[in-house]
Amino acid sequence: MEAQTLYEKLWSSHVVHQEADGTALIYIDRHLVHEVTSPQAFEGLKLAGRKPWRVSSIVATADHNTPTDHWEQGIQDPVSRQQVETLDNNIREVGALAYFPFKNERQGIVHVIGPENGATLPGMTVVCGDSHTSTHGAFACLAHGIGTSEVEHVMATQCLIQKRSKTMLVRVDGKLGKGVTAKDVALAIIGRIGTAGGTGYAIEFGGEVMRSLSMEGRMTVCNMAIEAGARMGFVAVDQVTIDYLKGRPFSPRGDDWERAVAYWRTLHSDEGARFDQVVVLRGEDIQPQVTWGTSPEMVVPVGATVPDPAKESDPVRREGMERALHYMGLTPNLPVTSIKIDKVFIGSCTNSRIEDLRQAAVIARGRRKADNVRQVLVVPGSGLVKRQAEQEGLDKIFVAAGFEWREPGCSMCLAMNADRLEPGERCASTSNRNFEGRQGAGGRTHLVSPAMAAAAAIAGHFADVRDIL
Amino acid sequence: MQKFITLNGLVAPLDRNNVDTDAIIPKQFLKSIKRSGFGPNAFDEWRYMDRGEPGMDNSQRPLNPNFVLNQPRYQGASVLLTRANFGCGSSREHAPWALLDYGFRALIAESFADIFFNNCFKNGVVPIVLPKAEVDALFGLVEHSPGYTIEIDLPTQLVKRPDGHAVHFDIDPFRKECLINGWDDIGLTLRHADKIKAFEERRRAEHPYYFA
Ligand code: SF4
Repeated sequence: MEAQTLYEKLWSSHVVHQEADGTALIYIDRHLVHEVTSPQAFEGLKLAGRKPWRVSSIVATADHNTPTDHWEQGIQDPVSRQQVETLDNNIREVGALAYFPFKNERQGIVHVIGPENGATLPGMTVVCGDSHTSTHGAFACLAHGIGTSEVEHVMATQCLIQKRSKTMLVRVDGKLGKGVTAKDVALAIIGRIGTAGGTGYAIEFGGEVMRSLSMEGRMTVCNMAIEAGARMGFVAVDQVTIDYLKGRPFSPRGDDWERAVAYWRTLHSDEGARFDQVVVLRGEDIQPQVTWGTSPEMVVPVGATVPDPAKESDPVRREGMERALHYMGLTPNLPVTSIKIDKVFIGSCTNSRIEDLRQAAVIARGRRKADNVRQVLVVPGSGLVKRQAEQEGLDKIFVAAGFEWREPGCSMCLAMNADRLEPGERCASTSNRNFEGRQGAGGRTHLVSPAMAAAAAIAGHFADVRDIL
Repeated sequence: MQKFITLNGLVAPLDRNNVDTDAIIPKQFLKSIKRSGFGPNAFDEWRYMDRGEPGMDNSQRPLNPNFVLNQPRYQGASVLLTRANFGCGSSREHAPWALLDYGFRALIAESFADIFFNNCFKNGVVPIVLPKAEVDALFGLVEHSPGYTIEIDLPTQLVKRPDGHAVHFDIDPFRKECLINGWDDIGLTLRHADKIKAFEERRRAEHPYYFA
């Protein structure tokens, strides 16, 4: 048999039906549901008198709108509350394999709770009405975001209408230096290929650096695949994957476990498999990254200066840079480490897992936030992450450093709840998008790793975490 | 879904790369549990001078005179002309809902982000990719000729300019058929219900652990 890529294996094992033009019906194993992109789908289903095809594929939670403090007061914003209650009612009516509602001890960001509960398993197709569904690709899943019409389509038919993507291998060779993390790898990749570089592609992340990352690090990289334009990114199964999954609530057990593991071990690209495109980076070349603009591709190493649009020859790009600098309140050629910040956000489906919090805590331990930093939010990705962090005493380290320790949720990643930037405020954020207004109208976001975010909180401006470690 | 066959419409230009779905419809409006009514908040942060919140009377809000879509000459536009990577970012289908509700039935760009592109077809909005040179030319024509309209002919896959110049565009044949007929995907897929059941049974037998 011809050598296959991981993508081809995953794709062909889910084709239910294929038209002559290549349009295929793809079977969906796992459907993750949250409150923002599902109400219209449930309503559509009901209006058409359709029943969900397989409710045991559904794992649901409320995360985008939920507050991260004063849980005893419930959700104050009436519009947010209505959306969360709508999900409660819909799941009550329809059913699900698992539902982690607001205040449940396992509630959390949908992309954190899937893997931590073993609801995301290698070889699955995983969809969710959220673009960062690519996160689950870390487990060698075909995982991608879908729109609300597709949410309804999956509920009604357990399938999606799809066409095969082109394949891209992003290989990160060598080793990462001290203080360089999965987030820096993700940003460096986007800096290299651009935010549209992956459009139309499914990206496999490979190479020695990817192999050396933990599952949490791999999730961080796959999470950002969408910021490189690729709907999905994934990593082959290895022992790290299997060790992570063993014993999780929805992981297979007993004979099923052995059978599953035997299959999962086949989920890698075969020797000699051909990709439509190959991009190679060297781990040693990757420095801690900081974005300076309003698109994740506008990124530089922490030791660099803010780029100068005058040096850009393409007029549309130059204008984009000028507009971004204006929005960000920055001038060209400024050293990145001289940029002062007002707030710090450590959280989001990119960087809110236990290892992320540990990385930040290493920097925060025994130090205090700078006086010019008004607020440092630390928002764990789930109730389980929160509990684990508290068992390790990380919450105390953060609080002693003047950081705020919050309840889990999406929080200031997209500022749908009360956590947000005010106009003009500048934030070092571990989230994934630095678009205009993403963290609050007029807010200025710089994307960084958790360690770099903590270092900025302590210094009051961006700082090279390698000087602190 | 609304059918789309041909459209002769006023063109509005949005001369930017990487217009993301947060810009198309800011997150505070995603709290709605409906599919319609997003038009008045399309491009909210660029379009108004104040901060928009759900439930405001948008007709009373101060417009940003510098935002291109606020210019009188572009009122009533049904074709949006833009640059590369339009619709990047969040997968929210509220973005095409907002554009449709605003009045856009067709979008012309150098490229679109994948999920957004896909979401457009589910809502009868046609995203058309043209080469950069064609897009550049259209920006120039729109700028210099107030009231500039173009014709989009889906059956022949042509964008026709009033000066007679016509460009072919690519579109997936299945999507084209769905648009022309206004077909709903779910109904189409359920014609294969037996195949889906059979596939599911096979998969359950082979990989029972995915069905716990
Ligand atoms: S944390 Fe941010 S990016 Fe992730 S699911 Fe929530 S809102 Fe989306």
